[in-house]
Amino acid sequence: MTAVPISWYLTLSAVLFVLGVAGFLFRRNIITVFMSIELMLNAVNLSFVTFAYHNKDVSGHLFTFFVMVVAAAEAAVGLAIILTVYKNRSTLNIDEVNSMKN
Amino acid sequence: MISPDVILFVAFALIAVVSAINVVVQTHPISSALSLVGVMGSLAILYLLLGAEFIAAAQVIVYAGAVMVLFVFVIMLLNAGTEVRTGRSFMAQLLGVPLLVALLGLVAYFVQRIYSPRETVHFGGFTGGSAQDIGHALFTTYLLPFEVTSVLILIAILGAVVLARKEMD
Repeated sequence: MTAVPISWYLTLSAVLFVLGVAGFLFRRNIITVFMSIELMLNAVNLSFVTFAYHNKDVSGHLFTFFVMVVAAAEAAVGLAIILTVYKNRSTLNIDEVNSMKN
Repeated sequence: MISPDVILFVAFALIAVVSAINVVVQTHPISSALSLVGVMGSLAILYLLLGAEFIAAAQVIVYAGAVMVLFVFVIMLLNAGTEVRTGRSFMAQLLGVPLLVALLGLVAYFVQRIYSPRETVHFGGFTGGSAQDIGHALFTTYLLPFEVTSVLILIAILGAVVLARKEMD
């Protein structure tokens, strides 16, 4: 065993993505749900960097860079929304935030 | 003879997966946040192995530094405690687990089929990920997306300020 197959990196990315989806589906705390989204974005970034290596092309790194920028902007706006939700409803449980359901 | 590449990959892939599982199973948000820092740190090492030195640095600075500090700050500000299980959204848990296992199985199967084990990753096999190469691509091929990104960040700053400001009525 002298080198890591490229499929191991992609499988690791898939595992991290599935764990992120699991956190998104099963967790009830709005902050943890948001962190699961960040986990999914990180998993996709690993795929991009792996494909950049495979194709010997820097474009994959650029896409990762843009994903990071969008994630940072999303974190700023999302956490501001969480602050507003908590101010109005005094809860962080997403089951309690269901006024759009009825 | 196992090469250092394999040892580093297996070690940090294990740290990433265990930390990611910890993000999902921990009930306190601060434990999840610190586990997520672990995932991001080990991903930075994997980026270095793939020859993406600039992205590895940006990962540590932007994600593990800025974004996670913001998360921890909000968790402390809201004094978020252990989450309460209300037992609703039962369907998500019932359907979610088999669907997620199927998704993971399918992706892993097709990845193994498309990429043969002979296509491997060597440390130093790709050296086009330096800050110079990224900067060159960013200001030539990807100039328009780069400029649009600056507008996006401006809008995000305005949105965050408007959302988080004190109500004045």
